[in-house]
Amino acid sequence: MQITVTVNGAVYKREVEPRLLLIHFLRDDLRLTGSHWGCDTSNCGACVVWLDDTPVKSCTVLAAMADGHRVRTVEDLERGGRLDPVQEGFAQCHGLQCGFCTPGMMMTARWLLDHHPDPSPEKIREAISGQICRCTGYENIVRSIVWASKHAGWGQPDGEGGTEVTA
Amino acid sequence: MQVPAHVEYEKAASVEHALELLARFGPEARILAGGHSLIPMMKLRLAQPETLVDINGLDELSYLSVVNGSVANGGAPGGELRIGALTRHAQLLDSAIAGELFAILHDAERVIADPIVRNWGTIGGSLCQADPSEDLSATFAALKATLVIRGQQGTRTVPARDFHTAPYETVVAPGEILTEIRIAIRGTHGGQKARGDSKARGERIGSAYEKVGRRVGDWPVGAAGAALWLRGDTIVEAGIGLSAVGARHFAAAEAEEFLRGAAATPEAFARAGEIAAQHCNPSADQRGPADYKRHLARELTIRALRRAKLRAEARPAA
Repeated sequence: MQITVTVNGAVYKREVEPRLLLIHFLRDDLRLTGSHWGCDTSNCGACVVWLDDTPVKSCTVLAAMADGHRVRTVEDLERGGRLDPVQEGFAQCHGLQCGFCTPGMMMTARWLLDHHPDPSPEKIREAISGQICRCTGYENIVRSIVWASKHAGWGQPDGEGGTEVTA
Repeated sequence: MQVPAHVEYEKAASVEHALELLARFGPEARILAGGHSLIPMMKLRLAQPETLVDINGLDELSYLSVVNGSVANGGAPGGELRIGALTRHAQLLDSAIAGELFAILHDAERVIADPIVRNWGTIGGSLCQADPSEDLSATFAALKATLVIRGQQGTRTVPARDFHTAPYETVVAPGEILTEIRIAIRGTHGGQKARGDSKARGERIGSAYEKVGRRVGDWPVGAAGAALWLRGDTIVEAGIGLSAVGARHFAAAEAEEFLRGAAATPEAFARAGEIAAQHCNPSADQRGPADYKRHLARELTIRALRRAKLRAEARPAA
């Protein structure tokens, strides 16, 4: 079947099998490998992306279900060469070690801060409770998201910071 | 790598259209709502439908509304809370009016899976999956909800307690769709005095859900929900739902019968817990031995009743 999905603002038309999972569509068909394919059982949350404006576990959504919808992945956090405050927070507070859970964590964090700009650590822990990190013990992830909440203007042209991404 | 078997896919444009598609593709077609039960089952090849009928675009099935009741006074008696089957778990948890009317709904939703799964999983999907450890089945049993099922021949309503026929099986026939859950509002839910239904005047409702799981987001080892309608200290009506402990219809009917007309005392709740535990039929599995689950049925019933009573008492007297 043919699907049309807007991913990070770009429109993609692709022929897919109906059984194709969204995570594999993103990684294998579109080569957007930022989203990670983890447990495959909707437990770990490494594959979290936004479907329209809602974080979902993309290992448990068919690519066909995204037909006609928008998807946002971790690749879209950095804008115009400037990191999102969430990304900067993870860098500042050592919010990752191996980095496998990070894309999902950051997409959930971005959504949380869009809806609750100043969340308590408890609220953050609840928000990421469907996502597993085997390195950090979560403490630094919570700190990273708190950092992002305190630096909401980070990276904006008229805001603080604004580290240029060089890669 | 877990991948579903080959499947055909159709996108429904309306409930009518979905019913047409189900009729056209026959009993091997399955409704695809949030997919958070069905897709994992398909990955494990425990489910192998020939055709998926995707209803995610049907906004007409996604709503929470109070009918014949006023939101301002917390829902006047005689009304109903109606929940569209495609309503996501997160929407029910975010609904202030649902939580105000029936706190048990928020108690249960808070412990169903995790926030990300709740964003996409649906109320109707959870019920139709009919897992014997499902939380909302016990919740709606406690609230004595009514389920609305649509087919091409028309619409029928089924008490929540008659919905499940066996583990993973419901009365929804091939060619039918669960469209709505209705919960009757009786008694005072807070705010102003009860109006209208004179029989229910002076009643106060409280409800609660208690679950023990091995870890956050897991299915329950055991769970109990309770709804109490009190007049003064007297129990006018009681609803007790049980999950994961092999209770018939996810309910503890004998314990409810014992409570009806009794005073809402700790002794009565303790006895109701005993009765609920006697009449359930838990089986041992990786989540725990049968005697522990029976213990949970008793203890969680008592705790849910206790909390339901406190919540009823916290409402202003009518």
